[in-house]
Amino acid sequence: MAAINRDDVAHLARLAHIEMSAEELDRMAGELAVIVDSVKSVSEAAGDDVPATSHPIPLSNVFREDVVGHTFTAEQALSGAPDAAEDRFKVPAILDED
Amino acid sequence: MSADTILSFEEAMEKYDPVLGFEVHVELNTKTKMFSSAPNVFGDDPNTNVNEVDLGLPGVLPVVNKAAVESSIKIGLALNCKIAESCRFARKNYFYPDTPKNFQTSQYDEPIAYDGYLDIELEDGTVFRVEIERAHMEEDAGKLTHMGGAAGRIQGADYSLVDYNRAGVPLVEIVTKPIEGAGSRAPELAKAYVAAIREIVKNLGVSDARMERGNVRCDANVSLRPHGQERFGIRSETKNVNSLRAVEHAVRFEIQRHAAVLDSGQPVIQETRHWHEDTRTTTSGRAKSDADDYRYFPEPDLVPVVASREWVEELRATLPEPPAERRKRLKEAWGYSDLEFRDVVNAGVMDSIEETVAAGASASAARKWWMGEIVGRAKTADVDPAELGVSPQTIVELNGLVEEGKINNKMASQVLDGVLAGEGTPAEIVEKRGLAVVSDDGPLLEAIDAALAAQPDVAEKIRGGKVQAIGAIVGGVMKATRGQADAGRVRELILEKLGVEG
Repeated sequence: MAAINRDDVAHLARLAHIEMSAEELDRMAGELAVIVDSVKSVSEAAGDDVPATSHPIPLSNVFREDVVGHTFTAEQALSGAPDAAEDRFKVPAILDED
Repeated sequence: MSADTILSFEEAMEKYDPVLGFEVHVELNTKTKMFSSAPNVFGDDPNTNVNEVDLGLPGVLPVVNKAAVESSIKIGLALNCKIAESCRFARKNYFYPDTPKNFQTSQYDEPIAYDGYLDIELEDGTVFRVEIERAHMEEDAGKLTHMGGAAGRIQGADYSLVDYNRAGVPLVEIVTKPIEGAGSRAPELAKAYVAAIREIVKNLGVSDARMERGNVRCDANVSLRPHGQERFGIRSETKNVNSLRAVEHAVRFEIQRHAAVLDSGQPVIQETRHWHEDTRTTTSGRAKSDADDYRYFPEPDLVPVVASREWVEELRATLPEPPAERRKRLKEAWGYSDLEFRDVVNAGVMDSIEETVAAGASASAARKWWMGEIVGRAKTADVDPAELGVSPQTIVELNGLVEEGKINNKMASQVLDGVLAGEGTPAEIVEKRGLAVVSDDGPLLEAIDAALAAQPDVAEKIRGGKVQAIGAIVGGVMKATRGQADAGRVRELILEKLGVEG
């Protein structure tokens, strides 16, 4: 069984900005361990001759020419924003970052 | 926040050895963004240069800008880097409103360019090699404006406004290896390094390279260690030092601050520092922490970039002559002294002189005109010399008129005024303003007689052998002819008249 402890889960929760109760942290530590084990079985199936793969289809160099396409108006861009001011997205001040 | 204690730079240098490192972000000047076809334009109305990809809307698919990849390869080549045969993009995950996706598309373990170097020439000609670790492709973030609180700073801000026009603008981040051995020249080297990067990307034509617009931004890492110690000290990273002067000052300040911390027996805190131009100091940002755990993983929506050797060589063939080599070649070709050449470079007229020489002027004549009349006028008009509107052809023509003795230097200055006022070519202006040198000896002799008669004592002195007194007579003649006489000829005629050997 993979060793995922409560601190690992708390760390991930903080990175993902997910608020979790003490009870949820405990439960998730167990569940994540099972999931990690399941994923591990994939690496058991792949032998040394199979390289790590980030993309399943052998494609490369899918490019776009440098030609200007469509844009939104500010109004369209902001249409889904929870809050806006001066044609810009309005967000709470976040103090713990630079 | 209490001010940091600092040591004098000299004392810091006596006790410690600085190690530097730089991350320079270069915004590319492609027409469109890195992964979307929205325009890459500075200064437009907020949130008008965006589409669904830049806003990170669900279900959108980014597509790589080929021109941005080519620019990145060119930068890699100009920095003497190896170009990866194959590389991929990665997601750098973090939560901050400057990216609407909650990740920045960047490169992690596979940068497009790596293992390069750049030879930096310091002011006294010393060459210092800076090793380049990597140059990778990524996208810029949106721009936050902090509202409320004090002076737009985040401390005390009530809320922030976000403009995503800059989100997705192609960036190349150039990372150095640790730079050792700079000693007391570290601040100067820092400035020269960033200046060299800026010059290179500008010369390549891949960036507008305007630091005041944030096209080139520098994060400066500084650490100190006692002399003789091999292990690096703990570093600080001063963010967004965005002018050449600021880079020099920030490195200098951090060296002085670290030295004081170490002297007090404390460890330096590994943290981000903010640069303040007004006080020329840094203040503490955030400490390195969990927040730096970006959980990079390969970007599933973008396939790898494969740079065939043919493609790389094709791009290499398009590279312009490196700026440092070009300077060296021009200096030799023109035969200027170190000082003369440095003045020319600093005055920003090297390109203009090159064009003027190409148009047929001698190197010394081109320098005389650009560094004299034109630089002076540009200063008065507060524009760059090259923007004053004087063409190389004008200089060649003007200089020709002087060398042929048709006009003197004083008239040439007036002719230049005429050219700038749009009165025509130099020859036309000479004609129109009646500025030709009086070369007919008749009127000159008359004026000389008058001048000699007006100053008989001077005439006597000259006859007596005091030839240097002749200036007063020449001056009188020039005044009488309103400057239109050839002073050399006037001198000859006076001596002839008085029967004195020049």
